[in-house]
Amino acid sequence: MSITTQRPAPAPGDHGEAALPAPATAPDGATGPGVAPMRPRREVLYFALRDKRILFGAAVVLFFLILSIVGPVLDPTDPTAFDGPTGAPPSAEFWFGTTTFGEDVFAQFVNGLQATFLVGLLGGGLAALVGISIGFVAGYRGGIVDEFLSMITNIVLVIPTLVVLVVIAAFLSARGVVVEAAFVGLTSWPWAARAIRSQTFSLRAREFVDLANMSGLPTWKVIFREIAPNMGSYLFMTFILLFGGAVLIAATLDFIGLGPTEGISLGLMMNNAVLWSALQLGMWWWFIPPGLGITAIVGALYVMNVGLDEIFNPKLREM
Amino acid sequence: MRQYFARKLAIYLVTFFVAVTIDWMIPRFMPGDPVQGMVSRMSLEPEAANRMMGFFLGAFGLDKPIWEQYLNFWVALAHGDLGISVWQFPTPVLNIILSAVPYTLALLIPAILLSWVAGNQFGAWVARRKRLDNTVLPVGYILTATPYMWLGILIAWGLGSVLRVLPLSGAFNYSMSPTLTWEFFLSVYTHWLMPFLSLFLVMFGGWAIGMRNMIIYELESDYAHWLEALGAPQSLVRRYAFRNAVLPQVTGLALSLGVVVAGALVTEVVFSYPGLGYLVLQAIQNEDYFLLQGIFLFVIIGVLVANFLIDIAYVVVDPRTRVGMQGRA
Repeated sequence: MSITTQRPAPAPGDHGEAALPAPATAPDGATGPGVAPMRPRREVLYFALRDKRILFGAAVVLFFLILSIVGPVLDPTDPTAFDGPTGAPPSAEFWFGTTTFGEDVFAQFVNGLQATFLVGLLGGGLAALVGISIGFVAGYRGGIVDEFLSMITNIVLVIPTLVVLVVIAAFLSARGVVVEAAFVGLTSWPWAARAIRSQTFSLRAREFVDLANMSGLPTWKVIFREIAPNMGSYLFMTFILLFGGAVLIAATLDFIGLGPTEGISLGLMMNNAVLWSALQLGMWWWFIPPGLGITAIVGALYVMNVGLDEIFNPKLREM
Repeated sequence: MRQYFARKLAIYLVTFFVAVTIDWMIPRFMPGDPVQGMVSRMSLEPEAANRMMGFFLGAFGLDKPIWEQYLNFWVALAHGDLGISVWQFPTPVLNIILSAVPYTLALLIPAILLSWVAGNQFGAWVARRKRLDNTVLPVGYILTATPYMWLGILIAWGLGSVLRVLPLSGAFNYSMSPTLTWEFFLSVYTHWLMPFLSLFLVMFGGWAIGMRNMIIYELESDYAHWLEALGAPQSLVRRYAFRNAVLPQVTGLALSLGVVVAGALVTEVVFSYPGLGYLVLQAIQNEDYFLLQGIFLFVIIGVLVANFLIDIAYVVVDPRTRVGMQGRA
């Protein structure tokens, strides 16, 4: 979770134009031999379906998403009920074995996956919302507003957020997944705000923005109609990275016992496994699945992001 | 350049002020009273409990008006007084923390520096080399997506539990006492190796990927194409690309510090390594908020100092900051 979660892929200088397909006057060859000129959306889809990384990443994420929805139906065991054999290895009855206390690891895993997706979606979504709003306003307005917002961004950026989260979580006696996601989201937006601010900054100086200004559009309309659509791909990729980051931060928080006080999460499973010496006892079925789930989901998202980057920014496509 | 540093310093001072205020506020304004909880766990008679409450409120200075508490907090801080631990009452928090800090630093500093250097070199070497790129890249992404504690768990399980080549927990053999002998040093080293390795690997993946992506952007830029058109050897073009690509990586180092510190904390928990992370767990389990506050303060100061050092490093590697162009803020 080091660098990629902190920083988006290097700012692809000029999304607005780069993402557009060849103009209609260009010969058909622009997008490949025998392919008729396509509209932007179709072109993105065309390349997306041919990019192994995107397909692979999407498949992995989708697999776990479906598992998290179907799993609890297939195996309706209460993930925190102590009613199985104790410390049993995987078997036909208990697919992922049981814990020292007879909890069903598979039930814990699929329910934990749900919590993971929820935290990613809510935490990453909230962080994206805050980061995008601050980035847009700071980049578009400039001046004192920019100075002020940038200072806030830099302060939140420098404060080690996990430690703040630890301190906050330690004092909240009852914590749900939603509360956790909210705190994660509210502390992980700064790099996104910075990246979006600099993108907005470069778009602001374009003619079409000037034109929109001259026509008397209110500021928020200029931002949402003229600027946002021109960096839509960038915003989407930012959200993906924030999603992965939120999942990792939440797992870390859960691991030190500061996750949701009710229910189960993947980080909590690892916490319990370490706490009750699963390592020394060789109970690999207890700690391998939760970490593997997180790594697979976040890794697949990152891989997908590289593929998307190349689609939205044709300069990067390998020739 | 002076302006650049003045700006940076101002931001760090404000950050420090804000962080310390948050640190001070949380135990006082969050639901749940730490002292109440502590006293109720002693299960005393009501009257004794009341007197106990009074004693602790006085001992921790919680019976004064809020603004006075706040001022006192800063004054105490200036004197290096972080209060008294609840967990190991009445040991001062500062002493507990100071005995843990060397372990954390011994893990963090080598892991950060080595992974940064090695990751950058490796990423630059891999970029645009087709076969390598296709095999190494997925590994790098898997490494960065790995939660620190899980890689720690895997390494501990594989090397410590299954193969039994390295000791599983602690900072040195429990039967030894710290001496300046060769054996003790070896014990410290073998205990340090696994937590270091798990930190190093996760970060290494991140730096390698970041560098690889950056080099690809640089190799597509005009100056690189121009050099190629002049007939410059590929190695020279790559050397120029590397020098440009390393700048964002320096900034990235500063940005990643908070996450890396968090990673080190949980890694210590996995290996029961007696650094700050282990203390955080103890503080949480024993509801020792003063210890938690103290650790937070130390992490804040550490991260701020590290950020400032990186800023200085940035001025050294980026000449533009020296001639007053400010470089990247």
